[in-house]
Amino acid sequence: MAQILASVIDGVLIGSIYGLAAMGLTLIWGVMNVINLSHGAVIVLGMFALYYLSSVLGLNAYAALPIVIVIGFGVGVALYWIAVHRVIGRPPLMSLLSTFAVNMVLIGLGTAFWSTSPYNVPVSLPSVSWQGYTYTGTHIVAAALAVVIAGLLYLLLYRTRVGKAVRAVAANRAAAEVCGIPTTQVLALSFGVGVTLAFASGMLIATLFPFTVLSGGAYQLKSFVVTVLGGLGNPAGALLGGLFLGLIEGVATPFMPVSWMPMIEFVLFVFVLIAFPSGIFSFTRK
Amino acid sequence: MIIVRLNTIRPFPWLILIVTVSFALVPWWTDNVSLRENLILAALDITLASSLNLMLGYAGYVNFGNIVMFGLGGYFGVYLVSVWHWPILVATLVGGIAVSVIAYVFGLGILRLRGAYFALATIGVNEAVSVFVTNFEPWGGASGLYLSLDAYAPLGGPGHTLWIVYFLMVAVMGLSLALSYAIRRSKFGLGLLAIGENEDAAATLGVPTRIYKAMVYSVSAFLPAIAGGLYFFKSGIIEPTGAFDLTTSIETIVMVMLGGQGTVAGPVIGAFLYEELRGYLLTAQAFSHFQLVIAGLLLLVIVLFAPSGLMGFVHQKLPFTRRWLE
Repeated sequence: MAQILASVIDGVLIGSIYGLAAMGLTLIWGVMNVINLSHGAVIVLGMFALYYLSSVLGLNAYAALPIVIVIGFGVGVALYWIAVHRVIGRPPLMSLLSTFAVNMVLIGLGTAFWSTSPYNVPVSLPSVSWQGYTYTGTHIVAAALAVVIAGLLYLLLYRTRVGKAVRAVAANRAAAEVCGIPTTQVLALSFGVGVTLAFASGMLIATLFPFTVLSGGAYQLKSFVVTVLGGLGNPAGALLGGLFLGLIEGVATPFMPVSWMPMIEFVLFVFVLIAFPSGIFSFTRK
Repeated sequence: MIIVRLNTIRPFPWLILIVTVSFALVPWWTDNVSLRENLILAALDITLASSLNLMLGYAGYVNFGNIVMFGLGGYFGVYLVSVWHWPILVATLVGGIAVSVIAYVFGLGILRLRGAYFALATIGVNEAVSVFVTNFEPWGGASGLYLSLDAYAPLGGPGHTLWIVYFLMVAVMGLSLALSYAIRRSKFGLGLLAIGENEDAAATLGVPTRIYKAMVYSVSAFLPAIAGGLYFFKSGIIEPTGAFDLTTSIETIVMVMLGGQGTVAGPVIGAFLYEELRGYLLTAQAFSHFQLVIAGLLLLVIVLFAPSGLMGFVHQKLPFTRRWLE
């Protein structure tokens, strides 16, 4: 029983970070109907941003977070103008391919510069022991920060004028334009925020595990699973979906080989896509 | 006097025949082994691109997991040859049929999804199959399956086998082109193009969209599966990372887009050009690390500025080619 409880806590801690990564993906989908296939590459950029700020410049890992966020936003807005702006409103094939092209370029450049060997950002925090199980401090802080960032996104979307504009564009771009909202800027901003969330989650993951240039792929696929669980375009659902996926991973790993985990995730993913296309939490939005 | 009505001549099937025959004969006559190795990859890429085009170009469905069928076909082929000692022709054919049946069943399920949702599901299918095979012990798990040299004995030893596999691969390429052309000119193809334009409208007009989509998914799996069987029989080894490489899937999409999606000749031209470009980039010192970057930039430029590819460009500039190059 205590073991299951420990697995649940582990799952929730890691799940909140999956949720954060997926929020970036789902926000971009919700606002502009673009599935950002460069998501994984951007998560990796977040990891390496932390690596340079922390290991090379010697900043405290958590103090680097605001800088990572600023860089992430800049990268996101740049990517919007380079690869996404021209494919808005065209068939989904085009945006899938253009963001995938960005993914190839980023991964290709990353592999050329950083090779595919593992990197590591050492962060030491005291652990917490409870009922015979130890929870590392970095996991707890990372989960807390993920929840804080998710809260900030909520405030941005629901308590500011800009957020209102973002939601208006998501609901109906043409009508928003008629109401005087500069929709193109709003799209660029939304893409920037989406990429920022990916950067932040990449940075938090980098404080927990070693990473390589190719780590992004696994997190991108987890983000897809989470996004689909929570319903495409639904940030709150993404956070719940992330916790749900984390729970599954946490509870299942003691009972089965880890190598089967991705298989279960993707079967779940395809199943949910077919059976519950608007997410398993969609009943809450009736 | 015979009156030839020019507008009824369809030169394209002859073009397919000429390309296929010259693929088969040129390395044979010149006895040029390195040309053969170069062309077998081109033939493989043309088969993959042209089969993907049935989904991507005709029906308008993005399939990121097209390589699954190639890998599964390879696994069936190598498994049947190495463990059950079947002849390679029978093994690849059975593999191709088995993969087509699997694809049809999959297709009925996941093709209920449309557009971006379907594209996401295909990535999921690719990863799920790859993880499944990595953990599937009868197929050798993560380390894969090997063929011993004895496997090549029935075809007259390894050296002879390479030529036979080459001719078979070229034949598969020719079949894929003929299939692509035949489908484009058939009622089935018309239905697919209608689905690509507007699926709801097509359904309203009586196109059995669900069956057609599952059929095209299955048909586009058949020849890649056979090509996979031949390719991995030639390599003598198959393992999951090589068989289910998402990058190869994407490169196939680049080929189709480069040549021009939805045309018969486009994927051929795209595959051939991309294959030559890749060969050049891999050998040129300065670029060997940047192959992915250049493929990515190429794809980005095509998508943003020339979404109908080279064929679109040629058709627009030289309208008379529309009848000659379909």
